[in-house]
Formats: sequence, C-alpha cells, structure tokens
Amino acid sequence: MGTKEEAQGTLSSTDFGVAASAFILNWNTVCSSFPPWTWVLSHHQVEGYLSLENMLLSSTQEEHGELSCPGPGIHSHQEDPIDVDDATLVHTNPCKVHYYDLHIIYCNSYRVPVLYFRAYDSDGEPLEFDEIEKDLPAYSKKALSDSKWTFITQEEHPYLNRPWYKLHPCGTSEWMKLLFHADDALAKTGVAIELYLVAWLSVVGHVVGLRIPFEMMKQL
Amino acid sequence: MEEAQKYVWEGAIPLQIHLHESEVTTLPTPPPALILAPRIGYLPLLVPQIKPHFSNALPPGSPDTVWFDYNGLPLKWYIPTGVLFDLLCAEPERPWNLTVHFRGYPSNILVPCEGEDSVKWSFINSLKEAAYIINGNCKNVMNMSQPDQVELWRSVLNAGNLEAYVRISSKLKLGTVGDEYADGGGQGQVKTGRVPVRLYVWSVSEDFDDLEDAPQIDSWDKISYINRPVEIHGEEGNYFTLQDAVKSILPEYFPNKSSTNEESSRDEDENEQTVPSEEGEKYLSENVESCYPSDNVEIKLVRIQGIEPKMEIPFSWVVKKLTNPEHYLHICVCLKVPQVL
Repeated sequence: MGTKEEAQGTLSSTDFGVAASAFILNWNTVCSSFPPWTWVLSHHQVEGYLSLENMLLSSTQEEHGELSCPGPGIHSHQEDPIDVDDATLVHTNPCKVHYYDLHIIYCNSYRVPVLYFRAYDSDGEPLEFDEIEKDLPAYSKKALSDSKWTFITQEEHPYLNRPWYKLHPCGTSEWMKLLFHADDALAKTGVAIELYLVAWLSVVGHVVGLRIPFEMMKQL
Repeated sequence: MEEAQKYVWEGAIPLQIHLHESEVTTLPTPPPALILAPRIGYLPLLVPQIKPHFSNALPPGSPDTVWFDYNGLPLKWYIPTGVLFDLLCAEPERPWNLTVHFRGYPSNILVPCEGEDSVKWSFINSLKEAAYIINGNCKNVMNMSQPDQVELWRSVLNAGNLEAYVRISSKLKLGTVGDEYADGGGQGQVKTGRVPVRLYVWSVSEDFDDLEDAPQIDSWDKISYINRPVEIHGEEGNYFTLQDAVKSILPEYFPNKSSTNEESSRDEDENEQTVPSEEGEKYLSENVESCYPSDNVEIKLVRIQGIEPKMEIPFSWVVKKLTNPEHYLHICVCLKVPQVL
C-alpha cells in the first residue's frame, strides 16, 4: 500500500486482495468455530470479494462482550406468546433465529471496501428491514434514526443482480485514516495492508453486531 | 452552447407502452401509450405521463410501485433510459415496446423504487461518486446550496433546461481529461486523472452478421456491469483512444502485457479460492493470466448515447461530448469470446 493511499485511508484493488488473503487466514485461525470467510471470484471478472454466509448475529453479543458460538442463549425474536416469560431476559426459539450473509466488496470509485449484507430466517425467507433493525445494536438504531446520515440502504449487489443492504462507503477513508495514524506501530512496521480489513471490519462490523475478537488484531 | 451536449441532452427514444394483460380490467384493451422518453432520463420519471393513460383500465385499489419490463425482463430503473435501449435492443426497435405494471413489484430482483425521490437519490449518489473519482472528494456536491440542488434536479428531470444545468454543473468543477483537449486537433495537455465510466458488457460466443440475429438478453446475469474508472496518464492522454479505454477496464479479456509481474502469476481456479499462503501472496487481477488469449476476444460493438463511435477516436473527445448529466460515461459493449467451457 503506497504511503499516499495509506495517508488517505484508501487502498488499491491489488492491495485489497492482499488484505483479504491475510484476513481470511486470520479469521479462520482465530474464529475457527464460526463459518469461514471465503474469497469468491465473480463471473467473468477478475475481481473477487469476501463472503461470509449463514452467520448468526444478534445484539446480545454486546451484553456478553465477545463473540458467542451459535447455540442456546442466542437472543431471537419473540412472537409466540407461549414462550414469553417475564423472569428471563433471553429466550431461545430456534425457529426465529436470524442468519446473515456478509460480502465485503472492493469499490473502485471510493477505493475502499464496502459491506453488503442480507438477512433471513431459518426457513430461508428474507427479512425486511424493520426486522433487521431489531437485531442491530442500540447505537446503530440511533444513528439510523438520525436522518442526516442514512447509511444503510438497499441497493443492487454489484455482481449478483439482487437487492442487498449496503453500508454507505463515503466517509470510510476518513476514519480509516484516523485509525492508522492513531497507531504508530501500524504506521512504522508497514503491516498496514494485512491489517486493513481487520481494522475496517472492527468498525463496520459493529453496525450489524459483528464483533471482531481482539486476538485478530494481534496476528502480525 | 456545445452542439454535442445539446444533441445528447435532446436525444430521445420513442416508447410504446403496453399495460400488462393481467392488469387490464376493461374491454376493449386500452391502446398503448406513446411517449418520447429522454435518453438521459429514467423510466419512473415518465409515470406521471403514463398513469393517466391507463387509469380507467386499472383494477380498483391502490397500486403497488410501478415497474417496466422488456420481453419479460424487468428493467432496472436506475439505469438511464438510453442506456437500457442501447443495451437491450441490439437492433434498435422503433418504437421500443415496453410493458408497464402497476402491481406485483418483483422486489426479489429489483431494488425498491418510490418514484421520483428514489431516482433523484440515485442520481445524486452517482454524481457524488463521479465527483469523488474526478476530484478525490465529494465536497462540491455535498456543499451545493439548496436552490442549486433543486434547479439541478429540475433541469435533469425529463431533460428540461440545459442552460440551467450547464450553469450549475460548472460550479461543481467536474472537468476531466476532456476539457483540456481542444477541438479540431489541438495541442492541449491532457491531464492525468480518473474518468467515471460504467460499462455494460454482454458476451456472445458465436458470430453474427446482422444485429437482428444477435441473441436476446433474457436475464441480467448475461450482462456484466462494471463500475470502474478509466485511468488516463498525462503523457499518453493525447493518444489514448476509446479502444484503449475500453480495454483498460477489461483486463481479464485484454491483459496489460506491459505491466511487470512482481510476484509469480498462478494458474487460477475460477471458482472459490482457498487462501494460498501465509505470506499473503498477491493472486489477484493485474498478475493473473487472462482466461482468454486476447487475440480471440473481439470487441463487436460499442454503443454510447445510441451511436457507435470509431474505436480510434480519442477517448477525451468521447468523455467531453457523450457523458450523462451525473458525469458518468455509460458504455454498452458486446464482446465475442471463445466458447467458455
């Protein structure tokens, strides 16, 4: 990653590939109990993107303060009155669990990665945005309600010809710039590219309730 | 006023719009609506003209969002009308027969559209993206005054006032390489920079002589949409042709043979990749061997604003004359490729 790009918080298409490769290795090592990230080459194009499918995400991860394995204790939607129990805070109802597919796609225009996602229930039925919103951590809901910055929109997936939810990329380079300047070690050792996606996703992932374990930042 | 800009602004496609048979409730079937659609406009903006034509025939109850199809293919509403026509009608059909629906919006395929507001939002976003590509920031667009924003949109809406558009657009300082190039073989210095381009590529594996024989596009999966800026380097700018530009953003078909390989290129598996090694070796784009030897790939057709320019034309001319109001150059390309296994 050229120093100019580093200074601007952006990265080139080739560097995205390098960062992706490092990220996959890192995640699959540290988070081996979770679905793996994979690299997908799009049809007819040399460009590829990162894909994570069937990930269980929920806002109770905030309460636990760490990624928890899928299983009992995952908060899910309560719609069946029989399960309502005032004494407990968290209910399990396997039928109401939400799955997420996350794609990290390089944007040639803004020269940063962009997060696309979609969510569905255990029957594979796609979720509406108001259902997804309930999954989001509290601070995301607040940010969303601030109409000055509508940052989750429904747009066409660049390769799959289907509507996906997308996190808006403008502003990404601004905070990535801050992230890298804040850490002298990163700037000096020149491992900025390899850690770019870990750093990026640790901020962006928060929006959808995906926590990046601290161990990933230590993998150099 | 630039002749070419006027030509682009005033370009229009005659449409013949039929109400979908499932939605017709009267006899006789209402005749189709005949509308002249601006090339630089968008289909949902025509709804105020179309709806009154069919309102008597529609079933009672409030309609869903409006959508259009061409031969069964739902049309992506955020693509300018002229681009849709150039892409989907190899042999231009006049008038262009489209079907309008007021119900059954295919939300699993099409992104939602809430009329003019959605189109405006999409337009402004594209303008911001173009500004970022050209200037490295979207400040000028974000800082537009409210009256300017309103007038900019109004001038684009149904290709209204070109003068107003030119006045407001020039405040945005979105000049690119094209502006440095003087007309009539000038000696102007073409500056280095990035040009916003959206490429719509469809591939055929068999040759055809007449466009009428070109295979019908019946699915969006047959089209590769490439939203990638073209990079122009100052020195070569004067000699950089349209062909050079198209090839430069299709490296998988036209590999750049002059680029040095810093790391070894690998035999690529076109499907899911596993991580190659701990060193994070580059295995992407520029160093990948093309899937097709470049002499077997042929550019059969390039269409911009309904014209098929000669490929040797300087790219900067094309950029200056043929961009859309959001400063994007939309190029439809048909490639002939060898049979893919």
